[in-house]
Amino acid sequence: MSLADKDRIFTNLYGFQDWGLKAAQARGDWDDTKSLIARGQDSIIEEIKASGLRGRGGAGFPTGLKWSFMPKESKDGRPSFLVINADESEPGSCKDREIIRHDPHKLIEGALCAGFAMRARAAYIYIRGEFIREAETLQAAIDEAYDAGLIGKNASGSGYDFDVFMHRGAGAYICGEETAMIESLEGKKGQPRLKPPFPAGAGLYGCPTTVNNVESIAVVPTILRRGASWFSGFGRENNAGTKLFQISGHVEKPCVVEEAMSIPFRELIEKHCGGIRGGWDNLLAVIPGGSSVPLVPAEQIMDAPMDFDGLKELGSGLGTAGVIVMDKSTDVVRAISRISYFYKHESCGQCTPCREGTGWMWRVMERLRTGDAAIEEIDMLHQVTKQVEGHTICALGDAAAWPIQGLIRHFRPELERRIEEHNAKFAEAAE
Amino acid sequence: MPKVTVDGQEIEVPDGATVLQACELAGKEIPRFCYHERLSIAGNCRMCLVEVKPGPPKPQASCALPATEGQEIRTDSQMVKTAREGVMEFLLINHPLDCPICDQGGECDLQDQAVAYGRGGSRYHENKRAVTEKYMGPLIKTIMTRCIHCTRCVRFSEEVAGVDEIGALYRGEDMQITTYLEQAAQHELSANVIDLCPVGALTSRPYAFEARPWELKKTLSIDVSDAVGANIRLDSRGREVMRALPRINDDVNEEWLSDKGRYMVDGLTRRRLDKVWIRKRGKLQQATWEEAFKAIARAKPGKSIAAIAGDLVDCETMFAARKLLGAMGSGLLEGRQTGMDYPADNLAAMAFNSTFAGIETADAILIVGSQVRHEAALVNVRLRKAARRGAKVFVVGPQWETTYPAEFLGEDVSVLGNLPAEVAEVFDKAERPAVIVGAGGLAAGAFEPALALAQGWSREGWNGFNVLHTAAARMGGLMLGYAQKGGMAEVAKAEPKVVLALGADEVDWSAFDKSLKVYIGHHGDKGAHAADIILPGATYAEKDGTYVNTEGRVQFAEKAVFAPGDAREDWTILRALADALGVEVGFDSFAELQSAMIAEVPALGVEGLADLGPLPKAAKGGKGKGGTISYPVADFYLTNPIARASAVMQRCSAELARGEEILEAAE
Repeated sequence: MSLADKDRIFTNLYGFQDWGLKAAQARGDWDDTKSLIARGQDSIIEEIKASGLRGRGGAGFPTGLKWSFMPKESKDGRPSFLVINADESEPGSCKDREIIRHDPHKLIEGALCAGFAMRARAAYIYIRGEFIREAETLQAAIDEAYDAGLIGKNASGSGYDFDVFMHRGAGAYICGEETAMIESLEGKKGQPRLKPPFPAGAGLYGCPTTVNNVESIAVVPTILRRGASWFSGFGRENNAGTKLFQISGHVEKPCVVEEAMSIPFRELIEKHCGGIRGGWDNLLAVIPGGSSVPLVPAEQIMDAPMDFDGLKELGSGLGTAGVIVMDKSTDVVRAISRISYFYKHESCGQCTPCREGTGWMWRVMERLRTGDAAIEEIDMLHQVTKQVEGHTICALGDAAAWPIQGLIRHFRPELERRIEEHNAKFAEAAE
Repeated sequence: MPKVTVDGQEIEVPDGATVLQACELAGKEIPRFCYHERLSIAGNCRMCLVEVKPGPPKPQASCALPATEGQEIRTDSQMVKTAREGVMEFLLINHPLDCPICDQGGECDLQDQAVAYGRGGSRYHENKRAVTEKYMGPLIKTIMTRCIHCTRCVRFSEEVAGVDEIGALYRGEDMQITTYLEQAAQHELSANVIDLCPVGALTSRPYAFEARPWELKKTLSIDVSDAVGANIRLDSRGREVMRALPRINDDVNEEWLSDKGRYMVDGLTRRRLDKVWIRKRGKLQQATWEEAFKAIARAKPGKSIAAIAGDLVDCETMFAARKLLGAMGSGLLEGRQTGMDYPADNLAAMAFNSTFAGIETADAILIVGSQVRHEAALVNVRLRKAARRGAKVFVVGPQWETTYPAEFLGEDVSVLGNLPAEVAEVFDKAERPAVIVGAGGLAAGAFEPALALAQGWSREGWNGFNVLHTAAARMGGLMLGYAQKGGMAEVAKAEPKVVLALGADEVDWSAFDKSLKVYIGHHGDKGAHAADIILPGATYAEKDGTYVNTEGRVQFAEKAVFAPGDAREDWTILRALADALGVEVGFDSFAELQSAMIAEVPALGVEGLADLGPLPKAAKGGKGKGGTISYPVADFYLTNPIARASAVMQRCSAELARGEEILEAAE
């Protein structure tokens, strides 16, 4: 059973209709938002908790729970803020972009509902610098919403004052990390902060802040309208709801599609992507959640449910659900090496293991690609990834380590084959 | 007071302590690079990782983690050992192993910790990173390839010095620490980053390749470049002082030192007076001690003798001269060379009463006639701390670049009698209002009105009246009576037959045309140029001595090296002079001199803050005369004869103060 059209949240994901306010209202956005807000803060948070919505940015932290960390009242006059993470830079991910350019009002309405629920004064949408047209669209949508009185003073006639600001990034992947994003918003160099204090205690400008992914926020109004039980009806337990999957790579028709959580991989590919290029026998491996999760070999992924817990059991993760499919024509070592280069390039340089480790890992990966290495170096590389993982300020160190760990776990014979081949060739030449 | 367990040992730690501090309290050593007690927490080196339960199953950075009730901390587990080895390996993969040619060798945190916590060898066989050189001015030598990006220097500049000069460019392994547009670091505390740098990335340029730390003799001393009395350590080899480093004293200099105090030491070996000179027919000619003493005795001064103390002399020298003059029947002592004549009968009114540590807690500060950055750079650090805690700062005097928000109220002293209403309100409401009168303010007659203001704002248990002197010898001199009612003018009016200039180099000697000017000092500076007889003396590094800083804090400096050539410790010269003049001074050794001094001025016998008594009542009508304030320090780097003789200070003056282009020899 797959998701019926009537159950889709993002009804204009492909941009077949206009993104503007009128069209959005026709699709049901901004429909009596006042009454949603009238339910009260705690009731909204409870509803989201009950819906089982887990953060769509990758870590999968329960969204309602996150909001409940925000202070109920300001004891020292500090305002609270909502920061919306639209710095979608994860290789393989392209869902927030679709939401922003085709359905921006879902996001803005979600910002109001979520911001109200967490008692925030304003929402800052931090949009990726490269999303130029998307930023234009989003700003235009925000302006429309202001003009219509949907946000701003007395937003949507609810009596609640709420502002939405858009801030454009400058092209650093690390600014997608929540505390680095806060630093960047404050005008500083985008480097993650130490936690504690957590943003809910002291975030943007030292005020309580919650950072949420675009998709997490954009689904909120629909959940409120249709009820928590409707949303939690999709997917397995603890992995509720619908999710935007972004399938790229060696499938017949790569696409972004909204599907129910826990859909088996095979069904997802067959139904929406026209199958694997060259048939299922040609599938080599899949990176199921954007570049930072370990890859999963074909035989394990084929019938696995696509959700947080299902993929965790396979030693990987759902991440952003940016599914990268690789068939047997792929040079898998080169693919992972390229990902390593990406993390070396995007490491902020603040803390030692990541700054020094990402470069080291990439250099060894490059040699493993050509086989110019010793067998022992595979184990050494694995140790190095373990030395980075869990020793850094933010999760970029982990993200850099996991793909390599996945490669060694599943493709060690391939790595050894290359080394032996290479050494044999040079042994001959030397004779 | 949370209770935590460190390696099985249960201890109670103060509220707000971090896990790292808890471990230290338990006697465990935690390796660290980025963490520094006086800087904000960065948590980026990851060397201080420990295992903490409850918490995530991975090692935690102990420097940034608050200690909470019931934590179980392990510093000796396999997880911690592996984590430290891992981080150390990462730090070393791109760090050049050039210890034999690195100036940090022997006092390098990375070296020490690599031995203690690293693994035996490297597994890194790729190319190492090389970083282009950066220029950070005449004091800081950079070899940025060695940088481990702990950002201590960045945080020091930003937080302590208050100058946004050093920062990081680029990201990841390409990150580089540099100054803004690679300009020289231009503030008075710039060289402290050399001490802070845990590796050899920032080292001392003047000291480059001069010595290894283990071959140096270390002597505890006191900085005489200003009236702060920073605690320093003089490192010497043979007869030469190689470098000066700050010692930790939370009451005085914390652990910082001004660039001048640190780098004027090369002036100790240049332009030195190492022979006796007598002026014959207008020209100075070499002579013997005997000839010099005879010449002085021939002048038959009798009662008509005066002594003028310079800015760098110790209390013992001043006391020896006072005894000599006393034996001759004269009391013509003066130390305020530039002619200031503020009332000096009450010492409390002449001291920095709030103390340096106390001024940090002030919440409203009025600076009258002091360019604090130049006159007492380390006090400026305290003022910045106060401002960061919310103190409002106002300045009377010409504009200068403060390192904290400050409002300038005008250049004329008369504004003190007539403060703008909103300023007066700030002080009236303040819990700890403070007034700081600098040398410029004293010269312009701001003493009385400032004292009157301070008394108007008096608070229970808080003394907010402060005088910030500029000379290391000043407080000691005032305690020893080196002040005439009319200042230098009165000494000149007395037309003494003989004037003893104790390292006095800032005096206008034209007023003493008829006197025999005997210069007892160490540098061929202005005083020596004007002198008729020159008796070579010792610098602060070459004699034991007592100094009193502007707070009234009595401190003792030890002799690091011997004076060059014929130069003698000053007190011995004065003792010999007493014989030549046929009078009895009552001491034959330094110990006797010191005990005589302590007998007469007991406060000088106890190290620490002297009790100077209560403040006087401000004179009525203290609104007094107005005068335009001008600051005495024209060039921060050249304020005393040692600094003026120092090649390093001259270069700093040329490049940093006057902005001249300096070409390297090779160009």
